[in-house]
Amino acid sequence: MKRSMKRITIGGDPLWFRVFTHAVLIVACVIALFPILRIVSVSLRPGDRLLSTSLRIIPEGATLENYYNVLFKKDFFLWLWNSLVVSVTTAFIGLMLASTAAYGFSRWNFPGKKAGLVFLLATQMIPASMMMIPLYILAARLGFINTYRGLVLAYSVGSIPFSVWILKGYYDSISASLEEAAMIDGATRMQTFYRIILPLSLPGLSIAFLFNFMSAWKDFLLARIMLQKDFLFTWPLGLQQLQGQFRTSWGMFAAASIMVAIPVVALFLYTSRYLISGLTLGSVKGD
Amino acid sequence: MRTGIIATSLGQVGGTIFFILGGVLLLEVLLWGVGRVFRMKNMLLYMLLAPGIVGLILLVVYPLVFELALAFSNMSLRTFKHPTFGIKEGIDNFVRVFTRPVLKQTYFFPIFFRTVLWTVIQVSAHVTLGLGLAILLNRPMFLKNIYKAFLILPWAIPDIISGLAWRGEFHYEYGVFNIILTRLGADPIPWKSDPLWNFIAMNITNIWLGVPFMMVISLGGLQSISKEYYEAAQIDGATSAQKLWYVTLPLLKPILTPAVILGVIWTFNNFNVPYFINQNELESSDLLVTALFRAAFEYNQYGFAAAFAFVVFLVLLFFSLWYIRITGGLKGVKE
Repeated sequence: MKRSMKRITIGGDPLWFRVFTHAVLIVACVIALFPILRIVSVSLRPGDRLLSTSLRIIPEGATLENYYNVLFKKDFFLWLWNSLVVSVTTAFIGLMLASTAAYGFSRWNFPGKKAGLVFLLATQMIPASMMMIPLYILAARLGFINTYRGLVLAYSVGSIPFSVWILKGYYDSISASLEEAAMIDGATRMQTFYRIILPLSLPGLSIAFLFNFMSAWKDFLLARIMLQKDFLFTWPLGLQQLQGQFRTSWGMFAAASIMVAIPVVALFLYTSRYLISGLTLGSVKGD
Repeated sequence: MRTGIIATSLGQVGGTIFFILGGVLLLEVLLWGVGRVFRMKNMLLYMLLAPGIVGLILLVVYPLVFELALAFSNMSLRTFKHPTFGIKEGIDNFVRVFTRPVLKQTYFFPIFFRTVLWTVIQVSAHVTLGLGLAILLNRPMFLKNIYKAFLILPWAIPDIISGLAWRGEFHYEYGVFNIILTRLGADPIPWKSDPLWNFIAMNITNIWLGVPFMMVISLGGLQSISKEYYEAAQIDGATSAQKLWYVTLPLLKPILTPAVILGVIWTFNNFNVPYFINQNELESSDLLVTALFRAAFEYNQYGFAAAFAFVVFLVLLFFSLWYIRITGGLKGVKE
């Protein structure tokens, strides 16, 4: 009796299990970190030792010259600025279009609702490279090549399906009685949406925003075919260009990668608690 | 000059926002008017859905229809300006997908089976490793947040960066794997020139990339499971394995099912990793999507590539519908 009571308490794992847990997690962390540390290592190498069979993380004669070169001898800030402008705009527009549509899907029953949701899922099955030829021809006809218009439009619309799925799950988890109470007090449908649903689903909205932002921020394929002028390049195109002349720019590529990755990683770590609830809340409640 | 460029980009983006907002407003006013005139019920619903639907029709449905038309044409580099469209060209393209090499040597079915194998390996590795790590992390412990932060890193880093970085690690002489192998006295592995090793390299890279997402999803799911279930199982005398099998997994199913569907689709369609790792463009380690890209943009066989793309798309569509049916994964949606 005493023993079984003791076992129920949380955190009562036996010692061997705790050691095992930490061992596995440490190994996993090393695997997760190692390639990143290697990029750091390459970025710190002096120009004459970029190719080396050394496994040291801090290389001999470590230097920041690659950082200096990429910051001041390449258009690194311009690439970042371009990406930032495009991604933030995309994320806002995508969220705006998706948040209302998701509300429709969440609160109404209408013919074609299920088909609509399956269609949204089906759009995820289209291989990205399949859309490239038609999108390119469409953009060329509308004069959108070498402008951000085509990119912003394509990214924000492309983000709708995933955002609708996430947000619908989120709205579903908010009790309809809150809205009913507000409507009895004289609020209209739209007022309840703006005053009650949107504020309550802030975690879901931030997840959708983050995903929209990230998919635009990371995109390579579409930017590649839409933008041909150097000064319009987003950072993936810029980095690819550094990699183009593999031998000479490997160090700069690594330095630029680190600098691009740091803010993204910070954002991810900061939002990770929302990530977990935002991604799963809807499906938990919807069972 | 720099400020000029910055002003230009802001101006462009501002114009785009103006254009989209204006379009949405116009659409809403139009719908509202129609609803008023015809006294339609549920107009608000249509007003809510309309901007998204119009956008998707313009930028997803229209290009898809265009692509379908392309599949029924003989468009290639030579006939780019004046392609001929017709049933005959379409049949030619679709027959060619199955009967002739996709690029130069490899036929459709070997690439298809390689892609299926890739997807099975990837998704099962992501789910088992991600779920395993999540189960280990889902308890109060020392350093928990540090572990979580480190383990999420591969997901947070943009995949063009990690893809290109991993490609460097498979270098014959300067990549980390071969450095370690040579130091241990073994022969270095030809990661980039041997089809099998190239495939393995792709798999290693993508497992590294994909585990964190499944871990985050599983962790969220685990945290939502009430402790009471475990206490009840405990009182009934269940072992840890039984608790995992009879309590944890069934309760995780509603979360894991959509995650697995999305995982399969994303993996099947993954472009960056197979494209970057397969640096020497070995046809024998191409996947469907990279073969598709190369048929279109390197061999300029637009009509054929469009037909090929439709075959890939249909395969995924049927798989997903079948999977949704057998698992009841969309129950929450049907209600």
